Parts: sequence; structure tokens; C-alpha cells
Amino acid sequence: MSGTQSRLLEQTSLAASTRRVSAMVLRYWYVIRSSWPRTAELIYWPLVQMLMWGFLQSYLAQTSSFAAKAAGLFIGAVLLWDVLVRSQLGFAVAFLEEIWSRNLGHLMMSPLRPSELIAALITVSLIKLLVAMVPVALMAYLFFGFNVLSLGFAFAAFFANLVIMSWSLGLITTGVVLRWGLGAENFAWLIVFVLLPLCCVYYPVATLPGWLQPVALALPPTYVFEGLRAIVLDGTFLGSYMLAALALNVVYFAAGYAAFAYLLHSARVNGTLVQMGE
Amino acid sequence: MQKLTPASNGSSQPPAEVRDLRKVYRDVSAVDGISFTLSHGSITALLGGNGAGKTTTIAMLMGLVIPTSGQARVFGADMARERHAVLHRMNFESPYVDVPMRLTVRQNLEIFGRLYGVRDLQACVADIATDLRLTDLLDRHYGKLSAGQKTRVSLAKALLNQPELLLLDEPTASLDPDTADWVRSKLERYCSERRATVVLASHNMAEVERLADRVIMLEKGRIIADETPAELIRRFGRETLEEVFLAIARRGSEGAEMEP
Repeated sequence: MSGTQSRLLEQTSLAASTRRVSAMVLRYWYVIRSSWPRTAELIYWPLVQMLMWGFLQSYLAQTSSFAAKAAGLFIGAVLLWDVLVRSQLGFAVAFLEEIWSRNLGHLMMSPLRPSELIAALITVSLIKLLVAMVPVALMAYLFFGFNVLSLGFAFAAFFANLVIMSWSLGLITTGVVLRWGLGAENFAWLIVFVLLPLCCVYYPVATLPGWLQPVALALPPTYVFEGLRAIVLDGTFLGSYMLAALALNVVYFAAGYAAFAYLLHSARVNGTLVQMGE
Repeated sequence: MQKLTPASNGSSQPPAEVRDLRKVYRDVSAVDGISFTLSHGSITALLGGNGAGKTTTIAMLMGLVIPTSGQARVFGADMARERHAVLHRMNFESPYVDVPMRLTVRQNLEIFGRLYGVRDLQACVADIATDLRLTDLLDRHYGKLSAGQKTRVSLAKALLNQPELLLLDEPTASLDPDTADWVRSKLERYCSERRATVVLASHNMAEVERLADRVIMLEKGRIIADETPAELIRRFGRETLEEVFLAIARRGSEGAEMEP
């Protein structure tokens, strides 16, 4: 056969796919490693949020018996909300890096498959999340005595449900940017914040007007934040809520993947991949 | 419309085969029913003014754009549906597409080498860096390089997998004459050594005369000439390909026939 094929490793196996995913993870890791301001930025906003809510809660605890009882409620909500936000942004921004650097054409012309790009973005979102949240969780413990790990298995269930939701949002935003280019960049930054009032991060679902409650209950993060309140206020782990969130997440992830595939196809039909970044 | 055979392993298939290829964006016809087949080891230039359909044709050969109708096949694979079967056998270079700016040259080549599954990658990077005079630049960030240096890095990336089909979109645009000449020499040598097939889109007629053994001239998405540079020059009774290009462009703009 040709010289090309003798020079290249096998292309179709799981090992080949893993190699391409790891190449992309390495690419994003080089970016994270090369810029300390970017690393600092990952930590900066979650830290500011945590400190602000932490001090507010400390103040309220001095004046309210409920707030005193609910120690850790705000900080826990802030930390979990940032899991969702940081994970979604980690996914979307890694993809935007390709457009900002005008590298998307090279990637789309390489043997990298769309599913492998998604696997790499998911991995990078987890890495960025750990870079951002580990120092902030540590600070929460040092400043306010809130140990997120004391939530035990519940924390793992909360974390899993939030990151899966963030990937679904990441898939949709990535697809939208593929289809409409950098004009849709703000969508990638802002979409997650639509969930802030709807997912009842800082208040129970019952606070919402009746007509809005079904919308909230159709969103997996709502169950996570309800679950957090149950465990902090009553010491109860709502397993059925976590299963409901997981079931919804399966639906959202499948819908996100389908949307990504459709928008990528649409971008190839409309020629936007060629114009990307210009 | 001629029906093409399904993709096989591609070993006996032409490097590129285009049949009745058409691309319409809304009401604009970017490519309008073109057909051609490239033979192994050929260097074919796609020529034409801005908006003639060169980039869209190359994009359909890469599978980045799905045709409205017709087919673009590479090594037998329909690039609208089966592109991943052959992408490792191709590569491309364009000054309009960059590699990540904040990565070093070595990191970029390492990543693309892994994506293409290059064996013995470190040795390959060292070899290609030596060949393209990049050794001293390997640990510098791509974003800090000059235009000429960036072109050499892009060329290294394009040749890293020793592609059998190389797509080049204005490979020497914005380069000084010396660097441009050096790049052309490298491409000539690579093609003769590897018997690689090249599709070249360029506005530099001297470059086309030097590199190409076939010219496909496009206008408004249609092929208006398909022959060797020498035949084209002779048929039009001109001295250079640039004169032919200008004659065709000016006749075209006056609505005249495309015959000499």
C-alpha cells in the first residue's frame, strides 16, 4: 500500500479513537498550562461568589434562627451552582478556543470525529472544573467551616447530575456556534444563566408561581438544589429526586447530542465551517 | 448524472473524482455542475477570479461543505457521507486557517501528529523540522512567528502524515518572493518523491505555471477551461498564463464567449 498508510497507525479501533481524544485533551491542557491569568480566572469568580454568600450567611445567622439552622445552605448552593456554570463554560470555551485561533478547519479536516471532539470537551470541562472548584471548596472550609465532602454520597449524586446537564448545554451551544459562527458566541456564555432563576438555586420550588413550577421541575438541576436543601435542613437524602434528575439528564443529553449533530450537518450544508473565524 | 461506484478501500480509486458537482447557497450558485477526475501524482490548479467557486470546490473535496447535488469522491469515498474513511490520507494548507497561537510549534505538531496517528512521532517531528528549517522555532509559540515562519509550520502540519492528496489554498499568499520560491521547491520535491496528488488554488499565475501540470479554470462556478498550462497559453496565443487569465477575465466581464 502507500507510504502514508505505513507511516500511520491504525485509524478505526477504539485505541485510535482514544488517541485522538487524548490529543485534543492535551491540546487544551497546553492552553490551560500556558496562561496563569486564565487559570486564575477559572478560580476568581467562584471564589468571589462563595465569599460573598458566605459572609451574607454569617451575617444572617446572627439575626435569624432559621439562617443559623441553615448553616451551609447558601455556600452549598453557590458551590453547586458553580459546578454547573464552570462545567458548561469549560466545555463551551474549549470549543470557542478553536474558533478564536482559526483552527477549526484543521480539526474538521483531520481524522478527529465529532464524537471524539465531544469526548475531549467533556474531559476538559471536568479538568477545568477541578482546577476551579477544588481551591474554592477548600476556602469554603477554611473561611466558613463548610465541608462539601461532608455531604458524602449526596454530593457525588449532585455533582454527577449537574455536570451531565452542563454537557447537554455545552453540546447545544457548541452546535449553535458551529452553525451561526462567532455571532452566536454570547449564547455560549449566557445560556446557563437562564437556569439560575428557574432551577431554584437559593429558594424552594414552592416559591415560584404555580404556572412556572412545572418548568422548574422539568430541569434536572432543580432536583439537585431541592436535594441540597433537604439534606442541609432536614438531614434527608432524597434518592428519588436524584433518580428523577438522572432520567431527565439522559433525555437532555440525548437531545443535546442530536442538536449538535443536526447543527453540524446544517453548518456543512450552509458552508459556515469554511467561513468560521473570518 | 453519472453514477459513481461506492467507496472501496480506495487503492485503485482516483485520488479525487467530481461529478456534476453543484452547490447553491440560497439563490447563489457557487459551483454549477462541474466534473473532473484527478490522476495519481498530478498537480492540478484551480484558477478563477474571486467568487469563481475554487474554495467551495476544495471545501466539498474536504467534506466541509455538502453539495447541493452531484458527488465529490476522494479515493472512492463520498466526502459528504464517508469522509472519515479517507481523511488520514489527505491534508491541506491555507494561510487563512491557523494552528493554535498559544501553543509552541512542537506542541502543535505533536497534537496533529497524534490526531493523524503518525508512527514514531517524535522522530517525525524532528525530521520535518529539519527539512522545513523549523528546528530553532520548535519551542516558540506559533502566534509569535512571522508570516513566512507560520507558512512553514502550516506546511509541516500538512506534510506530517505524508498525505497522498494535498489540498493547497493559496499556499504562498502574503509571502516574500524568496520564501514563496522556497515553499514551491519543497512542494515540488514532496510531490515528486511521494507521487502525491495536489489540488492547488492560487491567484499566482507564475506559481501555477511552475507547479501545475493541469489547469481547471472556473468562472461563476463553471469550468471554462481544462488543459495543461502550456496548451492553454498556446490556445490563447499568449506568452504567459497570467495573460491568459486576464484575457479570460476581461472577456468574461464583457459577456463575450470563452473561446480565444
